[in-house]
Amino acid sequence: MSIDVKHVSFSYGKHEVLHDVSFEIPDSTLVNVLGPNGVGKSTLFRCILCLNNTYTGQILVNGKDIRNMSVKERAREISYIPQSHTPVYDYEVIDVVTMATGHELKLLANPGKTQLEHAYEALERVGIEKFAHRTYTQISGGEQQLVLIARALAQNAKTIIMDEPTSALDYGNTVRVLSCVKELAHEGLSIIQSTHNPDQAFLYSGRTLVLSNGRVMAYGDPRDIITSELISKLYHVDVDVQSLYNDKVRVCIPVDQIHD
Amino acid sequence: MDQHNEEHKSGFSESSGSEAVLVSSHAKHANVIIAGLAVLVVVIMFVSLALGRFSIPPDQAVKMILNNIVPINQTWTDQQAALFFNVRLPRVLMALLVGCCLSVAGAAYQGTFQNPLVAPDILGASQGAAFGAAVAILMHFSDWGISINAFCWSLFTVFLVLVISAHARGNHITVVVLAGVMVSSLFSAGVSYAKLVADPNDELAEITYWLMGSVTGASMSGIANVFPIMLVGSIILFVVRWRINILTMGDDEAATMGVNARKIRLLIIIAATLVTAASVCVTGMIGWVGLVIPHLCRMLVGADYRKLIPASMLMGSGFLLLVDDIARLATAQEIPIGILTAFVGAPFFLFLITRKKRA
Repeated sequence: MSIDVKHVSFSYGKHEVLHDVSFEIPDSTLVNVLGPNGVGKSTLFRCILCLNNTYTGQILVNGKDIRNMSVKERAREISYIPQSHTPVYDYEVIDVVTMATGHELKLLANPGKTQLEHAYEALERVGIEKFAHRTYTQISGGEQQLVLIARALAQNAKTIIMDEPTSALDYGNTVRVLSCVKELAHEGLSIIQSTHNPDQAFLYSGRTLVLSNGRVMAYGDPRDIITSELISKLYHVDVDVQSLYNDKVRVCIPVDQIHD
Repeated sequence: MDQHNEEHKSGFSESSGSEAVLVSSHAKHANVIIAGLAVLVVVIMFVSLALGRFSIPPDQAVKMILNNIVPINQTWTDQQAALFFNVRLPRVLMALLVGCCLSVAGAAYQGTFQNPLVAPDILGASQGAAFGAAVAILMHFSDWGISINAFCWSLFTVFLVLVISAHARGNHITVVVLAGVMVSSLFSAGVSYAKLVADPNDELAEITYWLMGSVTGASMSGIANVFPIMLVGSIILFVVRWRINILTMGDDEAATMGVNARKIRLLIIIAATLVTAASVCVTGMIGWVGLVIPHLCRMLVGADYRKLIPASMLMGSGFLLLVDDIARLATAQEIPIGILTAFVGAPFFLFLITRKKRA
């Protein structure tokens, strides 16, 4: 499934957050959106999800304008994993996952056996089926993130948008969640996730989109993008990008810490 | 992928979970509790029908009800029958209905507004009804006229809140709740003014008594008038109950999961307002039931609205009927039920807000 963003601009009042953003995401691609805080990553996602629908320009999903689709139709194309938050009430994990199956149902129907099976399959796919009957608010942040990934899978959309899925996680959970995400992209899903960590963007992406002040600064192969010049310019700090393991990994090092 | 899965499992395997089964033991447990509540409500109902200064044994009560369907040899006095059908039965039914309605509306609102401290009159339904009733009392309407006026003003108040919040900027949910609180206080001031100008010899007492809430005046014809409204509202809330789960995740998340949160919320507000208005217009202000019962039910059956809504309906009915039994039997003079529910509700509310959140 392809997503085609054409000349999208968006403003909150007079404050322009996105300016003429254009890029195209082909089928089964893992895209990292890289940029400092407040650069418009979340706003871009909200536009693609049509939660902000007052943008100018056009966003096409499989050639169809997202603004002309119904809420249910959009849910069948794209699922969304928000930044971590705690629900008000103590739902079981399986209840949280089942919530995403609503778009399959008629207005008055409740989820049945089929939907419950989808939810369990999704939990198994992420490898956390044993959490099905734990209380969502009582499991760790990393586990919650995996539950939300399972929920996105249960929604059965071809694209998943994740807003900084690892920002609240420790190192181990970050690695686990991102490996899971990469695996799902290998299986044919398109995944768009935002991060402000260039190392992550290199290691876990097929393509990298760099946003700066609401504009596309670069888009393409991370090997061309995660460079000393670009990262230094993007974050306004002197950074040396080092390549390790035959360029399988790139690491950013603040220059002022290595030269006395 | 398998290898990766293994890694995830080992990474998170601090607890040894059993094999996932399709229906959790918890869900079964909840169903058992709901069935238990249903039995309990029936028991409380028959006990309540028998209880009173004028004794009507439960078997006689059952026979009198059955007599309406198939004629039975009369083993009761006409006096018993008159009391039973004109006073006790309508009162018991009204307590059951109102308890059910206020609890289900409270539960629905707590989910819809993502706020566990919300009661069914958060959008001004009670204060609007009180204002309508006060005005009607000042104008010496009949009892039924008072109820109709209270009902209309209750609906109008909530409608006003929705119109105002639709024009206000900011977070939709916060704005609706804020508008509700503000409009409520406006009508509450109106009630105070009505009390000020009321004749202290009769009108003032009537207004004050109405505000305290009571199911004393219940009659079968009164029930026949509000029952259809209560039924429609309750059915709507029962049918959309699973979607309330999704609303508690927030509008944006609901939308990305294919649920139009605003539409569902409006439907819930309309349904909950109908049942609340239909309740308070005949009983006056009965506080706390709508706030307290959903929380008690959450502790029993969990947060899932598929279980919470039926549990709240049953427990609300049983609770209000019990409290009403106390109201009419505890002392020589009746205690208004609104006072008693607050006596139970207020300490529980304090317990809730001071309770440490489970880790």
